[in-house]
Amino acid sequence: MTRRGNLAGWLYVSPLVLVLVPFFVLPILVVLAASFMETDGFGGIIPTVTLANYAGVLTSKLTLDLYLATIKFTILTWAFSGIIGFWVAYFLVFHIRNPLIAIGLFLVCTVPFWTSNIIRMISWIPLLGKEGLVNSTLIGAGVVDQPLEFLLFSDFAVVVAYVHQLTIFMIVPIFNALARIDKRIVEAALDAGASRFDVLRLIVLPMAKNGIALGSIFVVSIVMGDFFVVKVMSGGGSASVVGAFYEDISVLQYPPAAASAIVLTLVLTLVVALILRSVDIRREITR
Amino acid sequence: MTKNKSDRGGAPKTSAPTDISRRRLLKGAAGAAGAVAGAGLIKGFPTIWAQEIKDIELRHVGVSYSVVKAIGDQASKDLGFKVSMQNLDTSAAINRFITQPNTVDIADVEGWQAKLATKRGVLQGIEVKKIKEFDNILPIFTKGEINGHKIPRQGISPYEAMYIAKPDATDLHEGVTGWMTFLPQVYNADSIGYRPDLVGHAVTEWKELIDPKFKGKAAILDVPAIGIMDAALCFESAGLIKYGNKGNMTKSEIDFTINKLIELKKQGHFRATWTTFDQSVQLMAAGEVEIQSMWSPAVAAVRVKGLPCVYAPVNIKNGKEGYRGWCNGMGLMKHLSGKKLGAAYDYINWYLSGWQGAFVARYGYYSPVPSTAKKLLTQAEWEYWYEGKPASADIPDPYGVPMEKAGAVRDGGSFIERVTNISCWNTLMDEAAYMNKRWNDFKVA
Repeated sequence: MTRRGNLAGWLYVSPLVLVLVPFFVLPILVVLAASFMETDGFGGIIPTVTLANYAGVLTSKLTLDLYLATIKFTILTWAFSGIIGFWVAYFLVFHIRNPLIAIGLFLVCTVPFWTSNIIRMISWIPLLGKEGLVNSTLIGAGVVDQPLEFLLFSDFAVVVAYVHQLTIFMIVPIFNALARIDKRIVEAALDAGASRFDVLRLIVLPMAKNGIALGSIFVVSIVMGDFFVVKVMSGGGSASVVGAFYEDISVLQYPPAAASAIVLTLVLTLVVALILRSVDIRREITR
Repeated sequence: MTKNKSDRGGAPKTSAPTDISRRRLLKGAAGAAGAVAGAGLIKGFPTIWAQEIKDIELRHVGVSYSVVKAIGDQASKDLGFKVSMQNLDTSAAINRFITQPNTVDIADVEGWQAKLATKRGVLQGIEVKKIKEFDNILPIFTKGEINGHKIPRQGISPYEAMYIAKPDATDLHEGVTGWMTFLPQVYNADSIGYRPDLVGHAVTEWKELIDPKFKGKAAILDVPAIGIMDAALCFESAGLIKYGNKGNMTKSEIDFTINKLIELKKQGHFRATWTTFDQSVQLMAAGEVEIQSMWSPAVAAVRVKGLPCVYAPVNIKNGKEGYRGWCNGMGLMKHLSGKKLGAAYDYINWYLSGWQGAFVARYGYYSPVPSTAKKLLTQAEWEYWYEGKPASADIPDPYGVPMEKAGAVRDGGSFIERVTNISCWNTLMDEAAYMNKRWNDFKVA
C-alpha cells in the first residue's frame, strides 16, 4: 500500500478512533489498572500490583453461581427473542405483499420502544402480581383458586421482561437480512418442487444467518451486561454478574469490582468471537 | 486515588474580612428583625449582603428521604441564595462524595459515611462555635445519651461518628471536641411493617418476620449493610444466636446469618426483597407480602392508599429486639471556602432553625433540635408525632393532605420511647467486603 493510501486509511478510521479511544479504550485501561491494585477498605486504592483480586474472583464458587444464573437468563432470552423475532421478520418480509405496508408494520414494531426500558419493565408488575390482572382473571374464570406466584418475582418474570425489551434487536437485523433475499430464488425453488418447509430450511434460514448472528450479539451482550431487570423482576430473588460487582462498588471495593468487570469483558469477547466465527460479518455489512 | 492536595487551603486572606463583616451584619439583621428571627427563620438581609450572595448556589446531595426538594426551595426563599437538592441512592451518593468531591457542596451522610468521608479527607470539620443551635441539639448526638440512657454503640452511632480533634483530621475522635464531621439533621428508628388484618395479632418481636406461618408472604430489605442487621435482629429475637455486635459482625457471625437466610430462601420464605422506599410500599399495597422490614413513612404511605398497615413497636426486652436507628447529617465538602463556606454555614444553621424539623416530623422523622421544630408544629401535631398521644385534630402530611384522623395514635409511642429502644445503628462493618460477597451468595442461592 502506498503512503498516500495509508494516510487516507487513517483518515477514514479517525472518526471512529476519536470516539473509541476516549470513551472505550481509556476507561477500560483505567479499570484494567485498578483490577491489579489493592483497596484500603475506605474507598482508597493502593497502587500495587497484585493478582489477589483475580484469584478472589476466579476461585470463588460465587462467581460460578453468578455466571450460571446470568447464562441461564441469557440463553432463555436469546432463544425466545430469536424465535419471536425471526417469525415476525419472516411474516413482514414474505407475507406482506405490499412493501410499503411491510415497512409501515416494521415501524409499528418499534412503537413500544418509544417509552423507556424501565417503564416497560415495571408495567409488567401490576400485570403479573398476586393480585394482578393475570391472576385475577384466572381466578375469576375459575382456572386456578390460588394466585400463581411464579408469575412475578421469579425467573419467569425476568425472562418475560428481557424478551419484551430485546426482541426488537432480533427483528431489525433479521428483517434486514430477509429483505435482501431475492424473491425469484424462492419462486424458483417452489417451481422446482420444494415445499414451503424446504424453502425455509434450505434458503431462508441460511440466508438469515447473518441477521440472526447480529441480533444475537445485541441480545447476549445486553443481557450479560445488565443487572437492573434481574434485580427488579426477580424481586431481589436472583443475582447477576454485574449486580454482584455493583454491590462491591457500593462498599467502595473498587479493585475487586474492576477485576470482575475485566473477567466479564473477556467472557463476553469470547462469546461474541464465537458468534462471529459462524458468519462473515464483513460481507453482511458491505453487501 | 483522589487524595485532596489542598489540606491547608482555607479561605483566601482577602476574603476573610468580608466574612467577618458579613457575620456582624448577620447578627445586626437578626437583632433588628427580631420579630421575624423569633420564628426561627432568618429573613430580610441587608441589600448589600443580598447582592453578594444571590449568585451563590449550594448543591446538597444525598438520598431522597433526607435531601428533599421542598426543603431546599424553602431554604432558598429564606436565605436569598440558591440551594439545589440532588438525589442519589446510598451507594451512588458515597461514591460521588469520594470520587468527585468537587461536584458537591453539602454532602448528606449517615454516621458510617461520615466516618468514611472523613477518612478519605473529602470533608472539612464543622466548627461547633458557628452552630447557633448546638446547645439545643439533643444529647443523643452530642453526648451519646438521653435522659441518663446511654445510646447503644452497636453499629456506628451518630455520636461516635460526630467528632474530630482538628478541622483537617482524618480519624474520628472519641468524646466532645470543637469540630464535627457532620451535623445531624434527620433520623428515625426502623422496624417491621405489617398488615394487621392479615397477620391477626400485634407484632412486637423481630422473630415474627421469619415465622414459618408467613412463608411466601414476607420480605426483607436488600441493602446488604443494613439488610443483614434486620436479619440479625430476627435471628437474635428467635434465640438462634447471640451477637457480640450486630453492627460489626465477625466472619463466623456473618456466615451463620447468611446461611440461615439462604435456608429461609430455599424454603420459599421470602416473597421478595426490596431496595427502595417505593418498592416496599408496592409490595405491601399490592398484597404481595403481609410482613416485612420497613420504614415509618412507607407504612404511612400504605395507609394513605386505604390499607391497614402497622409499624411494629419492637421495644427492647431481655436484651433482644429494639429498633435499627439511622441518622443523616450534613457534611461540608473540603473545597468550600470564603463566601460559599459562609453561605454553607448559614444553610446548615437554617436547617436546625425549625422549618425542616417540622416538615420531616409530618412524615414521621425527627429533628435533632425538637425545640425549634415544635414552634412550627401545631399542638395536635406535636402531641401526635413527638409525645405519642392520640391526635386531637386531623393530622396532615408535609404537603397539607390529611393523613390521620383525629384520635389516631402513632405506632411505637412517644419520641423518647422510640429512641431509647434503638438497639443498633446503620453501619459499614469492618468485614464489609466479606459480608457483601456472602450477601451475593444469598441473592444467587
